[in-house]
Amino acid sequence: MIRVEGLTKDYGERRAISNLNFETKQGEIVGFLGPNGAGKTTTMRILTGYMPPTEGTATVAGYDIVSESLEVRKRVGYLPETVPLYTDMTAFEYLKFMADLRKIPNSADRAFEILEMVGLDKRADSHIGNLSKGMRQRVGLAQALIHSPEVLILDEPTIGLDPGQVVEVRNLIREMGRQRTVLLSTHVLSEAQQICDRVLIINKGKIVAEDTPENLQARLVGSERAALRVRGDADGLNKLVSKVKGVQNVHAMPDGSVEFQFAPGQDVRPEVAKAVVNGGYDLLELHQVGMSLEEIFLELTREDAGPQRHRKEK
Amino acid sequence: MRNIWVIARREYNHFFASPLAYVVSFIILLTLGVIFGLTILVYSQNSLNGGFGGPPPAPDISGITGTYVFLLVLTIPAVTMRLVADETRMGTMELLLTAPVRDWELVVGKWLGSFLFMLTLIAVTLIYPLVLNSLETPGIDQSQMMTAYLGMILATGAFLAIGVGISSLFSNQFAAFFVTLAVFIFLWWLVGFPAQYVQSGGDIFTYLSMQNHFSNSLNTGVINLSDIVYYLSLIAAGLFTGSAAVEARRWS
Repeated sequence: MIRVEGLTKDYGERRAISNLNFETKQGEIVGFLGPNGAGKTTTMRILTGYMPPTEGTATVAGYDIVSESLEVRKRVGYLPETVPLYTDMTAFEYLKFMADLRKIPNSADRAFEILEMVGLDKRADSHIGNLSKGMRQRVGLAQALIHSPEVLILDEPTIGLDPGQVVEVRNLIREMGRQRTVLLSTHVLSEAQQICDRVLIINKGKIVAEDTPENLQARLVGSERAALRVRGDADGLNKLVSKVKGVQNVHAMPDGSVEFQFAPGQDVRPEVAKAVVNGGYDLLELHQVGMSLEEIFLELTREDAGPQRHRKEK
Repeated sequence: MRNIWVIARREYNHFFASPLAYVVSFIILLTLGVIFGLTILVYSQNSLNGGFGGPPPAPDISGITGTYVFLLVLTIPAVTMRLVADETRMGTMELLLTAPVRDWELVVGKWLGSFLFMLTLIAVTLIYPLVLNSLETPGIDQSQMMTAYLGMILATGAFLAIGVGISSLFSNQFAAFFVTLAVFIFLWWLVGFPAQYVQSGGDIFTYLSMQNHFSNSLNTGVINLSDIVYYLSLIAAGLFTGSAAVEARRWS
């Protein structure tokens, strides 16, 4: 649905994005992850036809973003980072205006329908200026959905919402994502982990990693980690654990548990458990510690993370 | 074409919710009312006194239409300043530029919306010729009134188009206001001056002067093709500037 080839954009001297390549399929929710200024918004603005790229091409829903910009714009729903709302209009008037611009027949009915969908039908006649930030965000989302677009591009859709609203919006996005392609940017990593089928990590205008959240974790971590906890005193546990074959890097954690690593595919946890029990300790828990997306993110976007490119081979 | 209409309608409705539009209407209608009242008063005074050498000529509507167009120079910048500049400032430009709307449709829609608003205002001013017509026998000069109103409409369209074009160049509406005002003052008064001082080639300055195409022309009941062409070219130039500015913004 979205195919990006060699996309590059310069703002004067500064290169905002450099030679981006990626592809998304129908029914896929793709997360665009990166620190501020990484080029997420720039990429989205190019894909939505707001501005042309300096170099490279992209097609959205089968249409070229430069030469067939209007066709692309008909098929894309876009929620920009600063939600573009006319504060002097009511929510209903605004959505009807957008429906008219999108040439939707019975625009008034559709505007009301979409307000119901985002749960704002009771505030239809409120001026947008009087709505809370969360409600405005939902009006913005309604605007992006009003023409049932094939492709949905959302720039930081949950920013500034309270936790309850975040869950609501995420559910809404997941529901949308079943039939269409969703590209969303976020800097909340757990969000990407929760709702995205695939994550693109972008830093300084380049894609540094691209995979499912699970695979990213597995690929990036050179070794697997586990932690164990025993009842009572853990003295001497370190030594005991490090004697087990295959165990590396044992260290005691401040909370009293012990963490150790082992090579992927060589699960030594049963041996460790046996050794601990045989050593006379009461084993309370033993669990695997996954590297969180946060850690991966920090790892990949570190200044010296150059060579650590983990891209899925085609 | 439908896009233009959708945008124009939003803009038109916006004017009726905006205090600025009411201030502009108030200034124009109040001034015209005062001028109209004075015209009637002075005329009736002169008639009572018998005037100098015969009764004075009955007043026509040119005083009202002339004042209206003069007021445009001061008020149109306020009407057009926010049209495109405010979209840029509020971020809604991103909405319009990613909607299936061509850049020129956006600019023309903005212009049309403001034009319809000003036409509404012009319709209100029709009360003056109607009153004047009922006061005079055998009534006022209909053809002079028609051409004067044609001139009003054309001048309004031209001023608005220039204003929209300038508004597209700025994201700050006050910058747009002052630049528009400066351009109008130039077009209305200043550009005509050199014509008096240069030996030859002064015609070009006379032609560019808007006053020359209204006060000395349409407002006296004369229709020249060159006047119509002048206004239509200003409208085209303003709208073209606006579309080009919006498109240039994409490339920046």
